Amino acid sequence: MNTSERMITMEVLRYRPEQDETPFFQQFLVPFTDDMSVLQGLQYIKDELEGSLSFRWSCRMAICGSCGMMINGVPKLACHTFLRDTYPNTLRVEALAHFPIERDLVIVMDDFMAKLESIRPYIIADTPRALSEGEYLQTPAQLDLYEQFSSCINCLLCYAACPQYGLNSKFIGPGAMALVHRYNLDSRDSGSAQRMPLVHAEEGVFNCTAVGYCSQVCPKKVDPANAVNINKTESAKDYFLRFVTPKGAGK
Amino acid sequence: MKRSNAPIFWLLFGAGGMVSALIGPVLVFITGIAAPAGMLLPRELLSYANVLSFSQHWAGKCFLFVIIFLFLWHSAHRIFHTLHDIGLHAGLGAKLVCYGAATTGTLVAGCALLRLGW
Ligand code: SF4
Ligand code: FES
Repeated sequence: MNTSERMITMEVLRYRPEQDETPFFQQFLVPFTDDMSVLQGLQYIKDELEGSLSFRWSCRMAICGSCGMMINGVPKLACHTFLRDTYPNTLRVEALAHFPIERDLVIVMDDFMAKLESIRPYIIADTPRALSEGEYLQTPAQLDLYEQFSSCINCLLCYAACPQYGLNSKFIGPGAMALVHRYNLDSRDSGSAQRMPLVHAEEGVFNCTAVGYCSQVCPKKVDPANAVNINKTESAKDYFLRFVTPKGAGK
Repeated sequence: MKRSNAPIFWLLFGAGGMVSALIGPVLVFITGIAAPAGMLLPRELLSYANVLSFSQHWAGKCFLFVIIFLFLWHSAHRIFHTLHDIGLHAGLGAKLVCYGAATTGTLVAGCALLRLGW
């Protein structure tokens, strides 16, 4: 590893609604070492060069999902991307695509938060379980079914990657669909009847044109495109079979 | 929330995509290159008499109908979504034109096949 300090140019999208009419780029010269992430570069700027720069972060280890931004035009976690990979070129950082900008690199997440709430992202049991009944038991095979989809950290990289969400933000989108799938597949859950109307709706899965970029940018290998596509099939089956299958049959 | 009627179009699109992927290239090769040029296949394969009797047989009729019908619906759906992708959100108008063309083509193909007799 090269531990000597080098200088990289970071070009950062700025937008301060109270004084800027439109967003603009500001360049900073940032000293960095091989082990420094883009997030650390931004922190250097904030601490040493421009205290008013705003961005979200928390865990610094690709777990909290707050530092999603466009890095050289690709949706990435700033804490999960090294400065050295762009050096000696200029590194460009922008707010996540397809979302309104609140300030600098901070986006307005309201649309996603409402969607997240609407899919009921929690276990809905048929009969509430009393504490005295102890924990739910689940076999490794039952866990396997949904585990991948439960890794979602709500970072919204997939929304920034999705051209269909960009064209029509009513689309429920990849991340929320991955979570619908995660809960529907959980053996402890019986809430899929409450979630599926959203999947079937005009805002639902059929907005997807199977681009697949969402799964490519997902930092947690959730594969939201797969969740969307499985649910297209489920939704189509239900569309034609809903009149012949008894209510409550199947998930 | 309004339920989407997309499954109808999506299934036709999927079926058409499957059929065109499986036999589209081979059809183009046989009808566009191999038979007309007399390469690998005899030229008479696509002679008027041959094609007429093919389309008068019930199996030939079914085959031709399915191919035309599914290819049309596949392409209508593809064109409709591509219009949206390139920023032409023509909405209902585009839907009517794309799927209308597919419906018309399907009906014309069906009638023509029936009129050819058995
Ligand atoms: S599915 Fe992946 S990219 Fe999308 S929000 Fe979840 S973790 Fe992020
Ligand atoms: S700071 Fe938590 S994911 Fe990057």
